[in-house]
Formats: sequence, structure tokens, C-alpha cells
Amino acid sequence: MNKLKMKNLNFPMLGKKTNNNRLVYLDNASTTFKHAYVIEAERKYETEYSANIHRGIYFISEKATREYEEVRSKVKHFINAKKETEIIFTSGSTGSLNLIAYSYGRTFLKKNDEIWISSLEHHSNIIPWQIICSEIGCKLRIIPINKDHTVKKIPFGKQAKLLAITCISNAIGVANPIRNWIKQAKERNIKVVLDAAQAVPHFKMDVQELDCDFLVFSGHKIYGPTGVGILYGKEKLLETMVPYQTGGDMVKEVTFQKTIYADLPAKFEAGTPNISGVIGFGAAIDFVNKIKFQPIAQNTIFQKAKEKLIQIGAKIVGEEFGKIQVPILSFTLQNIHPHDIATILDQKGIAVRAGHLCAQPLLNLLNVPALTRVSLGEYNTDNDIDSLIDGIKFVKKVLKC
Amino acid sequence: MLSEIYGDLILDHCRNPRNYGDIHNATHRICGHNPLCGDKIELTFIVKDNHIENIKFKGKGCAISQASASIMTNELLGKTTEEAILLFNVFHEMLTREDFSEKNIFVDSFFKKAGVFLNIKNFPTRVKCATLAWHSFNLALKENKPQQNDNIN
Ligand SMILES: Cc1ncc(COP(=O)(O)O)c(C=O)c1O
Repeated sequence: MNKLKMKNLNFPMLGKKTNNNRLVYLDNASTTFKHAYVIEAERKYETEYSANIHRGIYFISEKATREYEEVRSKVKHFINAKKETEIIFTSGSTGSLNLIAYSYGRTFLKKNDEIWISSLEHHSNIIPWQIICSEIGCKLRIIPINKDHTVKKIPFGKQAKLLAITCISNAIGVANPIRNWIKQAKERNIKVVLDAAQAVPHFKMDVQELDCDFLVFSGHKIYGPTGVGILYGKEKLLETMVPYQTGGDMVKEVTFQKTIYADLPAKFEAGTPNISGVIGFGAAIDFVNKIKFQPIAQNTIFQKAKEKLIQIGAKIVGEEFGKIQVPILSFTLQNIHPHDIATILDQKGIAVRAGHLCAQPLLNLLNVPALTRVSLGEYNTDNDIDSLIDGIKFVKKVLKC
Repeated sequence: MLSEIYGDLILDHCRNPRNYGDIHNATHRICGHNPLCGDKIELTFIVKDNHIENIKFKGKGCAISQASASIMTNELLGKTTEEAILLFNVFHEMLTREDFSEKNIFVDSFFKKAGVFLNIKNFPTRVKCATLAWHSFNLALKENKPQQNDNIN
């Protein structure tokens, strides 16, 4: 890690104690620590110009509006969207996916239309589609997965309308072949939704180059606040879609008989949004823009973690589906249940994830009821990996195996 | 603290679960599931003449959920349904009430075994693991009442 980056690693949560031990936080795929700069941006809003946006005819409201809209512009550059109006602030990836399912679904989908998802999806890219399917009568189809993850051709039916896929699995860190799949979808005029929640923290995403129709991600997985996320959508689509939630701020004119909706992006941002969250999110993007993304093979801390875990008897899960692309390591350890591992590691100050990782269908495919997951952030060190390995030795000792 | 919950008794019951299996002619059958962590327990038992004549479980899950199920089946075998409900209540209170204290001699002997779970209170995210089998039992007993009568008649 170079000097400049070290200087920027200012996270107030680092160095905290838990259970009388140094906190070793290894659950970054779930959520990341907030950068000091993010917290400061939020604090500034709350203490210096706390006001609603798009409404007040006074200085602090205008300032809040300016700061809020500036983040939209940052996000536009961050993912290379064509226009600011294609960027909608939501409550997170989940909020964005629900918005697409509800709004795109109600506008465009008909009975027997096919919605395709992959086997690697997070629950939040499964359940909204199940609901749309049961309401409208669409069919949810799953891209079959082979052991070596070579799906050459997606067996799209005549009525295939939508491909909604995650870029990277939150459970096993493996990528879907999104470029290949997008190409297949585009040949048949199928619209594409990309869940980039796990990709954005580690890869530059360019929506024009990818040619996806929608892309979603969350602020709290890139060192920003919880409760803020992004929905990118191509302008033409967003313009024709019905609003998701309705109320204040998303209208041009309201009479008791009818309403003329506001233009994009306000049409999809009903009510007072998470203003401080959005402003903090902008600061998080500034930080992520400074990270030099490195290929996983060059991530020495990840490689060390993987090697040491294998040495100590852990079986890394998921590699039969492809190469791990982000610093996520899910494993099983002998017959020890992940919850017992997590509870005992916690006593040593080590935070890992254990359970079904919000990806039950994938775990069923893998034929494991639960996994232990270690996921790294920018601030994790060699030291953290040493603590983890010592922790796992301790787990074995406590459980006498 | 840790060694108290992952003590010898729990590790033993987890590795060598007692009363493991399925009773095909059970009067009561229930699948308990903790969606948060995926622990699963399938509990079958026979109530005859108001006594728990046989009880078995099958399951997948963490050491605590499996050991708790194993110890529970041991404790409930041969008890009357009233005694079983009393033990359920004691176990439940033990894990959820701060001011809990052992009440009588009948319960006291129960404590020699089930008391190992007292310390789970210090691990709030794991209380549900310890109570899964007990809640399943209680639910099955309540829900299956009419069917139980049918079988007896
Ligand atoms: C791949 C993926 N999609 C969606 C989500 C949901 O994100 P959020 O909880 O921020 O809405 C997550 C978060 O765990 C994720 O990993």
C-alpha cells in the first residue's frame, strides 16, 4: 500500500476495541466503515446548513440543494452516465431493485414474459422479481450454472424481456460473465439490470461501455453512509416508466383530479430524501475515486488470507464456479458450524459473517447450509489476517477439534 | 464465558446426539426452522396417557442448537405433558429473564443439564439457537392437540 493511500485511510472505527481485543473487521462485503471525510461531510450538513432541498427560498436550503445535486453529478461521472437525470437516489441497492421491478414491471411487462436472473443472486435481486411474476404472471427463469460456470448460450425464450444479474456474488466473490450475457441480451432487445453492489467497491463501472439499461449499487459498501444507493437508468426508459412512490417533490402540478409528474430525476425521488446520507455518499465517491483498484491476483493481503486459511484446514467454497474476483473468501471448516466459528472469533474481536449470506438458493446449489465469510476492505492489513488465523486456531481449541 | 457455553456437555451432545432419528408413528411432528441462521430441527414424539413416551429429533445446525435439542429430548422423555410445559417455561424464562431463579426441586434436577445454557444469555444473537428445539416442542404440543386425541381414541 503506498504512502498516499495510507494517509487517506482515516476511518474512526479502526483501532476500536471489542470484547477487550483490537477490533478486526472482516465483514466488508456486508458494509464498510465510514471514512472520516464522509462523517465530516454529513456533520457539516447537519450542523451548518441543515434544511430541506428543492423547496426553501433561503440560503441554507439552496446550499443543501446545491450540495445534494452536486453528488448526482459526481455519480454521473463515477459510472460514466450520459446525463445527471439518469441518476436516481434511493435507499440502497435493495431500494433500487424494488423500484425497477415495480416500475419497469408495471410499465412494460406482460403475462408470460420471461425475467432472467443468475444463480448467484442476492435475495434482493430475486424476491422483487418473484412478486412481479406472481402479480403480472411473468416467468422467472434462472440461468443454469455449470460446474465450470460456462454458460455459452442463455436459453432465452421468445418472450424474454429482462435480464437482471449481479456482477459479482456477495457470497463467493465469483463474477458472472456479464459482458457476454449483455451481448446476448442486446441481440434480442432484452433489457439488462446490473446489480453492481459488490462490483463498485473493486472495479470501475462504465454504464455506457457496458451498455446496461439499469445499474444499482449502495453507498455503505464504498465507505459511505447506510441508507443511500443509486439507481442508474437509461433516460428513455426512466422517462416512460411509471413512478414508484408518489407524494411530495415528484410532481409538477397536482389537482384533486390528476397529477402531472415532475421530470427526471425528481419523478423517482418522492418525499424528503436522505439528504445528509447523499452528501456523505458524495464524499465516499471522492474517496473511492482515489483508490487504485488492483487485480485480485496482486492483492497480497487477500492472497495471504486465502493461503493461510487453506493451510489451517478451511475449504474455500465457490471456486468451482469461477475465479474469485473480489476479496471475498467463504469457507467451511471441518464440521464446525459457521455460527459457532463467528461467536468464538467475536470473543477475540474478529468480525466475520456466518450464515446463508442472503443467498440461500446459491447455498443450496453449493449444497452447504451455511458459510463463514471473510471479506476485506481497503484498510485491512497483514496483521488482521494473522489475527484471523490465530482466531481460527482458537476456535478449534475451544471446540476440541 | 466461552468455555461455559462450549463446555464438555454441549460438545458431547453435539457430537453424539441422543435420541437422534425419526418416529414414524409419532403423534406429534414439527419442523422447526430459524430463518436467520438456517438451523433446522425435525422433532417427532409420541404422547400416550399424557406421557411423552418417545421423542426423537433430526437436525442441522450449530453446536448450540443441536446440543440443546439432544439435551431437551433426554429431559422430556417420560415426563407428563404438564411437566414438559413447566420445563419449557423454565427454560424459556432462564434465557429471557434477568431476574430468573430456580424455583423448586423438580426444576433443580433439570438444571444440572439444561442449566449449561444459562450463559447463552451473554450471547444474545445465539439465544434463538438454544431455544429452537424447545419452541418447536411447545408449538407441536399446542397445535397437535386435536390430532393427538384422534390417535388415542
Ligand atoms: C450483490 C448484492 N446485491 C444487493 C445487496 C443489497 O444491498 P443493500 O442492503 O445496501 O440494499 C447486497 C448487499 O449485501 C449485495 O451484496
